[in-house]
Amino acid sequence: MSIKSRSQRQELAMLLPAVIFLIALIVVPFALSIWFSFTDQRLVPRPIPTKVIGFTNYLRMFDDPLFWQAIWNTVLFALLVVPFQLAISLGAALILNAAIPFRSVFRAIAILPLLLPMTVIVAIWAVLFRIPNGPLNAAYQWFAGSGNYVDWIGNPSTAMVSIVVLSAWATFPYQMLIYLAGLQDIPQDLYEAAKLDGAKSWQRFRYVTWPGLRNVNIFLLIITTIGALKLFTQVNILTKGGPNGATTTIIQYLFQQGYATQKVGYASAVAVFFFLAVTAIALLQRRFLKNEGEA
Amino acid sequence: MTTLRIPRGAVLPLLFAGILALGVLLPLLMMVTISLNPNEQDIMVSMGSIRSFIPQVFSLENYVQVWTDPVHPFPRYLWNTLLITGSTLLLSILFNSMAAFVLAQGTLKVRKLVMILILATLAVPGESLVLPQLMLASWAGLIDSYQVQIIPGVANAMSIFLFYQFFSRLPKELIEAARIDGFSFFQIYRYVAMPLSKPVISAIAVLQFLEIWNAYLWPVMVTRGPEYRPLSVAMSAYFGTNQAAWGNIMAFAVSMAIPVILFFLIMQRQFIASVMSSGVKG
Repeated sequence: MSIKSRSQRQELAMLLPAVIFLIALIVVPFALSIWFSFTDQRLVPRPIPTKVIGFTNYLRMFDDPLFWQAIWNTVLFALLVVPFQLAISLGAALILNAAIPFRSVFRAIAILPLLLPMTVIVAIWAVLFRIPNGPLNAAYQWFAGSGNYVDWIGNPSTAMVSIVVLSAWATFPYQMLIYLAGLQDIPQDLYEAAKLDGAKSWQRFRYVTWPGLRNVNIFLLIITTIGALKLFTQVNILTKGGPNGATTTIIQYLFQQGYATQKVGYASAVAVFFFLAVTAIALLQRRFLKNEGEA
Repeated sequence: MTTLRIPRGAVLPLLFAGILALGVLLPLLMMVTISLNPNEQDIMVSMGSIRSFIPQVFSLENYVQVWTDPVHPFPRYLWNTLLITGSTLLLSILFNSMAAFVLAQGTLKVRKLVMILILATLAVPGESLVLPQLMLASWAGLIDSYQVQIIPGVANAMSIFLFYQFFSRLPKELIEAARIDGFSFFQIYRYVAMPLSKPVISAIAVLQFLEIWNAYLWPVMVTRGPEYRPLSVAMSAYFGTNQAAWGNIMAFAVSMAIPVILFFLIMQRQFIASVMSSGVKG
């Protein structure tokens, strides 16, 4: 036995565990979900055998108004939360990058929401949203007069915005930290040069900071959008997709169809659609933004 | 006594920083205040007033109730979560670093193919795979167990990728020197590469810790009762069945938040570094 083959067998033994798990947990399920999407597979086995039913699941999915509502809700959520959350994160990063006293204390405080499990955050916000006298309604009454209140999560017209605010609060520190790293990567002498040229602070932001954050912005735009498209936990606990489907997202819909009503075949069609949509959006954003930079 | 001097340019940023801190702290202050109040009626009445933000009473009654509730055994949930998190992290770091070391420094021909597999799996959102994963778990008879919650986190394309980046930057001379000294491939990994990779290990551990501690969709589907249920699912079940008992819900929330905050205080530097590095090089 040569040394070479012994060393290569060692390599194989080190490589295999991870590869086997990746195949069993990602490649096989991925193939299965494509297969299931063409069958009437149920979660719990039935006496009648599973049949191949062609594109029936896809046709039924495109015929279901709740599916289109789920897509619209997910897109709406992404369109609202991405700019809102990135603006908060960038603002917070700029503040915490400035030379202020107790900066590290402020930074530690700002990171706290990222550490709290989402289920804990949902419980806190359930109190904030409470009717008729939760803190947000108390603030509202301050403006609108006592006796008035808003059913933040129970009213179809405010439910999605409430989920947006909660989600931005819960996860903004992640983007904030990445912005902070990006700000620290901008060479200090660029600011010095701009100052010498007489640039005011907003001009320094517009012509030094903003272009300097270009790559960070592209990266954050893509990952925040993908994260937004996966919205589930907050909605599942707080509104169960209601009221009247106003907060049913694609993943909540997939969960209801595949797990609660056990139509795995149908929900797999939704999953395949979701995978294609996420991939397409990520590729589009990347291509679109890359081209702009190269021009 | 010296007075605190604030530079002129820092007044406005300091003001904004104060607003930011209040925006984060007020909801948390409310959580703690309500958790310390044993009188549910008083919680309801004072909700929204200043009294729900500044503790008037300091009672641990809610905490005692939460920790001794026989229907929702908090200590059991905590143990489940710690066990699942610990085992996942341990196995994940072992398997993923070994695979990454082969990919970065090995000689096998299949490395290219595996690399493509890993980059491709990075693009698949985990949420779109939960139903077939659930079917596989139920065929394997693993529903409602620890294994079913540990195994999915063990192979992680992202951590293989991060380890790979680190290992491929190790100096060639170092690896060569170890080889000449008679180290086998595994020994080079074990005694040369791993001791050098503490920063990567802690960065990956921190990111995965948050992921597992927060996991919700998967554990909701694969656990049936308190026996194997993690804290995140237990919290939402507790929240659903004790709607009026805000004092207890908030005591549950604080009890669940404290381990993570402790973990953060211990790992603060690595935590911030790992989140920052997860982005910049992307």
